Amino acid sequence: MNLALAKNETGRALSDSFAIARDRLPGTGRVAEARSAAFEAYDRAGLPHRRIEDWKYTDLRALMREVLPLAPTPDAAALKRAATAVKLQAIKGVRRLVLVDGVFAPKLSELDGLEKGVAVGTLRGVLESGEAALQAQLFSLDSANPMVALNSAMMTDGVVIQIANGIVLTQPLQIIHVATGTTPTAMFTRSLLRLGKDAGVTLVESYIAADGAKTYQAHDSLVVAIGDNSRLDHVRLVEDGREAFNISSAVITLGAHAHFNTFGMTSGAAVSRYQATIAFAGEGSRVETNGVNLLNGRQHADTTLFMDHAVPHCASREVFRAVADDRAHSVFQGRIIVRPQAQKTDAKMMTRALLLSDEAEADNKPELEIFADDVTCGHGATTGALDESLLFYLRARGLSEKEAQALLIQAFVGEAIESIVNDDLRELAIAAAQRWLEARG
Amino acid sequence: MPLLEVKDLKVRVEEREILHGLSLTVNKGEVHAIMGPNGSGKSTLSHVIAGKPGYEVTGGEILFRGEDVLEMSPDERAAKGVFLAFQYPVEIPGVATMNFLHVALNAQRKARGESQLTTPEFLKKAYAAAASLNIPRDMLKRGVNVGFSGGEKKRNEILQMALFEPAVCILDEMDSGLDIDALRVAADGVNALRSPDRAMVVITHYQRLLNYIVPDFVHVMSKGRVVKSGGKDLALELEASGYAQFEDAA
Repeated sequence: MNLALAKNETGRALSDSFAIARDRLPGTGRVAEARSAAFEAYDRAGLPHRRIEDWKYTDLRALMREVLPLAPTPDAAALKRAATAVKLQAIKGVRRLVLVDGVFAPKLSELDGLEKGVAVGTLRGVLESGEAALQAQLFSLDSANPMVALNSAMMTDGVVIQIANGIVLTQPLQIIHVATGTTPTAMFTRSLLRLGKDAGVTLVESYIAADGAKTYQAHDSLVVAIGDNSRLDHVRLVEDGREAFNISSAVITLGAHAHFNTFGMTSGAAVSRYQATIAFAGEGSRVETNGVNLLNGRQHADTTLFMDHAVPHCASREVFRAVADDRAHSVFQGRIIVRPQAQKTDAKMMTRALLLSDEAEADNKPELEIFADDVTCGHGATTGALDESLLFYLRARGLSEKEAQALLIQAFVGEAIESIVNDDLRELAIAAAQRWLEARG
Repeated sequence: MPLLEVKDLKVRVEEREILHGLSLTVNKGEVHAIMGPNGSGKSTLSHVIAGKPGYEVTGGEILFRGEDVLEMSPDERAAKGVFLAFQYPVEIPGVATMNFLHVALNAQRKARGESQLTTPEFLKKAYAAAASLNIPRDMLKRGVNVGFSGGEKKRNEILQMALFEPAVCILDEMDSGLDIDALRVAADGVNALRSPDRAMVVITHYQRLLNYIVPDFVHVMSKGRVVKSGGKDLALELEASGYAQFEDAA
């Protein structure tokens, strides 16, 4: 069998999929035109492969063997299974916004008693009859990245959140993506968060599978604009099914004196990629990104961050911890660009990988492009195994091999998890890490 | 039945034999000192008893209450009551001392089929033990041994001895890196744990430690063997005459 032919067939199947779906996708006129333009951009590039530097370690032509049909609108049975899955993940004091198979599910979401100055809508609603400016913002993502372009072309639903100036929400908002399909399907979602000036909110994104949902593809994206003097705390947990595929993109833009604190953890999905662009558009802003990969079996997880220091006096900190067992493959690509006018930038990145088996792989690719001369920038990367002397010490104190490893793994990822400000959300991340450790046996 | 019996133990590290047929019998209630020059195999003996990987036992046996220790994993040995106080306790960043002690004690209790201690039960026990060793609570919140002074690390080892209540304690060069005041505090801690049901094996290069922890028996090791055994006076004899006489005897 000819491998090149197979790859081409994957690309062709996607074209067919768009042709079949386009009439069912929300939005007409300008929206439909923007979709077509995005699909053309995707179609020119095709699925990213390893000869494209940005996708060197995540070759979708090899990993994404087939294109799955668009998920049907969830029926009552699907919603019921989704409700059960959501209940298992429930965290107290959080407002849930649920997407089932890529479609907003009002009955599973909590929309009552929204605070003054907070508006929650759906992507479908905005694309069908929203303001032109909002529609334009949803299509503002750069189609140069083929998977972003594909998502722009195919997006069906999502959550659109707008928070007015001066509104600081104490209750976190959680977008839960639940897949229920018992037959293989794909979903394409995009959510938007517009945070006004002097505002604040905590956003949680969770990706889970209902019992019985196996092979599915979640293509998601998030557009965030953080206003001047505002703060966004963000927690992202990927606990998709072990045969699932999750490709997510995010573009976060910060105004002046804004603060963005984000934590992401991937312990689920067979193949995942999270590509985020964080852009400083106003001076005096600060970003902390913390990430953890907990992988085993043949899992492949790629986190690709692009920190764009375009203005002076901003600071960014990136901490990433990867744990890879069995034949798992962890990828971290961290690109920092400091543009010529971005003097007094303070950017640091530290990545560490822990390999628990001889066949596990971790790739760390830091890229610093510095065009300003008065800046503080640094990065470091280490890869290693668990320290034998620490393991022996713990075992000499009565811990079994697995218990000793679990304690050291928890400590290894702990530094990143500690960055979560909200106590309940930190507990949520610790519990997710615990689930992974327990599943290891 | 002796508590701990080492019979004709032969141990290799890589291609080199370190212990050439070492025997030692320890009964409950006894404190044995093992003295010897650097390279005589003292630390190797302690590591093999505790089950540290990297050593190949090519002959002999180690029995604990008549059971073959060499067949057990390090954690099984710990649960049965074998405790090694490390010469150089490791630092474990990110693992709070209190959490480590709780997890370890419950792991040992679980292996023995005993109930798990709840957090309040454990805290009560740990704080009482810490207070008796002059260990401030603040130290227990820090990462295991992270940023601890030499004396604090050794006190942390003794705290674990007090909490785990082992049947046999092997103290590997407890005096290394301690000044005289820190040594006295550590020795007081050890002496408080002496009991008719517990045995101790104190490994040291210097006689000094034995002024504070007075042994019942002293064994001199040289080149991988016990070359002389005697009472506590043997330590004083060594202090006066040095190890050279035994190096020739070995």
